[in-house]
Amino acid sequence: MWRLEPRSEPSLRMQVLTPVLAVVLTLILGAILFAALGKNPVAAMRIIFVDPLLDSYARTELLVKGSPLVLIAVGLAVGFRAGVWNIGAEGQFIMGAVAASAVALALYDQPAVWLLPAMGVAGAAAGFLWAMIPAWLKIRFSANEILVSLMLVYVAQQFLIAMVSGPLRDPQGFNFPLSRTFHDSAVLPIVIEGTRVHVGVFITLFVAGLAFFMMRNHVVGFRIRLMGDAPRAARFAGVRPGAIVVTCMGLSGALAGLAGMFEAAGPAQQLAPSLPIGYGFTAIIVAFLGRLDPVGILLAGLVMALTYVGGETAQYSLGIPAAANETFRGMLLFALLSVNILVHYRLVPARRRTAR
Amino acid sequence: MDLSALDPVALIASLIVAATPLVLAGIGELVVEKSGVLNLGVEGMMIVGAIAGFAAAVGTGNPFLGLVTAAAAGMLLALVFGLLTQFLLANQVATGLALTMVGLGLAALIGQPYAGIKPPGSPRLDIPHVSDLPVVGPLLFSHDAMVYVALALVIATWLFLGRSRAGLVLRAVGENHDAAHSLGYPVVRIRLYAIAFGGACAGLGGAYLSLIRVPQWTEGMTAGAGWIALALVVFASWKPWRVLFGALLFGGITTLQLNTQALNINPAIPAGALLLAAGLIWLVASLSASRAAGSPLVMLLTGAVVLAFGLIYPRMQIGSAWLSMAPYLVTILVLVLISSDRTRAALSAPHSLGRLFHPSS
Repeated sequence: MWRLEPRSEPSLRMQVLTPVLAVVLTLILGAILFAALGKNPVAAMRIIFVDPLLDSYARTELLVKGSPLVLIAVGLAVGFRAGVWNIGAEGQFIMGAVAASAVALALYDQPAVWLLPAMGVAGAAAGFLWAMIPAWLKIRFSANEILVSLMLVYVAQQFLIAMVSGPLRDPQGFNFPLSRTFHDSAVLPIVIEGTRVHVGVFITLFVAGLAFFMMRNHVVGFRIRLMGDAPRAARFAGVRPGAIVVTCMGLSGALAGLAGMFEAAGPAQQLAPSLPIGYGFTAIIVAFLGRLDPVGILLAGLVMALTYVGGETAQYSLGIPAAANETFRGMLLFALLSVNILVHYRLVPARRRTAR
Repeated sequence: MDLSALDPVALIASLIVAATPLVLAGIGELVVEKSGVLNLGVEGMMIVGAIAGFAAAVGTGNPFLGLVTAAAAGMLLALVFGLLTQFLLANQVATGLALTMVGLGLAALIGQPYAGIKPPGSPRLDIPHVSDLPVVGPLLFSHDAMVYVALALVIATWLFLGRSRAGLVLRAVGENHDAAHSLGYPVVRIRLYAIAFGGACAGLGGAYLSLIRVPQWTEGMTAGAGWIALALVVFASWKPWRVLFGALLFGGITTLQLNTQALNINPAIPAGALLLAAGLIWLVASLSASRAAGSPLVMLLTGAVVLAFGLIYPRMQIGSAWLSMAPYLVTILVLVLISSDRTRAALSAPHSLGRLFHPSS
């Protein structure tokens, strides 16, 4: 038999190796899942994980799908580092999309260069404010931020439905719960001709870089890490827990809101109830897969984008249901959490005991 | 306003039906948390229970087998959580979330061929003469069997945790796992039992939704019920009877929400009445325990203002999406009210809740 022996300090090698190991484990589990569904597991894996890398258009789609995941995950990871659990990024994403769409539709007849920046500010502000609700309730009433932020996802989903069937509905849309298509000036410029890669992808890269330096070189990043690793020490060092909660929730909320604006003004170009497809929840997995580090999250976001791009292809070419991809992503988080123990513990044969 | 369509007996009966899944899932999670483990995967276990129970009941034509399958499925999923958190020392919050994601995906996957099918009916309690009594009969003696099972489970949990030696050990593990370990209690094994029990209860709660309450399978049909059950445990201050009380409160809100839509009345009327009633009960409870009465008074006044607004404009309507927010907003409100009393929240939460345990550390 084997037993677990604590390491004196976390293994650096394992920190890099575990995400890779988790992906490999998930591939095996996923193959079993697809085989159980009566699909050819090898073909499914090739379509999901290899084909999108070979096709040039699919490669650009990876950027389109990966960008919101990375943008949200970077914000969430900052909070997770501090032990602030913002689980409601999906809700903040929705509120950001709604606010940005409201600005775009209200100024439909006044196209201007400042329209897109205004939409971005509105989206980020809406996500920020939506995240401030659980933050404030946590600080003022010590209400659990996990449950509050999650409940607000359901509220935001209903709010989106209320908006697209009410004030933001297309007047010429035959009463369908959809907004009208945005004016050209409210659509994010395409960067690579003939694809859907928009400016937002580059802003995401820029934000990830900023987050990297904030966590590594700025005192705010240090305080956040200190708060997560040693809350008591942080308090003695003069770190105010409330300020950390506001920073983490606010940052992740604003980034999720911005991602919502990118989604509405980028690929979707209108507000619809089908706009949120769970990026806010998948981003949690991306954050963990990237080991809560902005650079790791960039890579993790691309891997996760494969399951969206390749997953879609697998849906129509092999008839693998969308729910299978969802299960697949959940299993990745499971695999990741189970191999994570190798960072802090090492497996040793149970017999070998040191003499006292 | 046509109130003749309101049958108080039928209303209370539908309230009980709405509360039962929350009682089941809530009481299971209460035991898990009492053992010091925070399993955030209730939603995932519920929805897998809902589809597993549904599939088994449709396949065999036997609703009882469906419920058993649902409990087994919930337990199986919970044990995956147990394996990760107890043996592989994974973070409980993240693992619970993973459980929810996998559960939702898995349920949607299994459930595809089952959309639009009607499950076999479940037996109701029917005692000759007694069930036919006016008012008392339909209120107390003619529900489906699971209502009584849920009630029995609350009583059993209360007796187990408060009156039995095993329950005391479980609570000791939840309060201080290191001390319990030093006394020779198998911390990990006890927690695994609790986790399995919680999973079975959540599975049953899910199956109650798909087999009895709705009864049908639709993707994502739990719609946050698992999360509400989690909030319920906090609301109940980790006490079994209060889970029952809280579930009835939430059942009442769902029933009111549905009936407000059907009756075309201003939702401010039921909302205000509810706030008023809850504020009153809370005020009496606070005064009798000689605690500060500030927050209950605020609630009471808010209720009065909302009710007055509703009575002035009885016909005002809002879209159904706004009404659907009600259960989630009430959950937040209740969480805030309970958590704001810091000393009480800190005293009643199991002390080792959510903390990792490894014998070597």
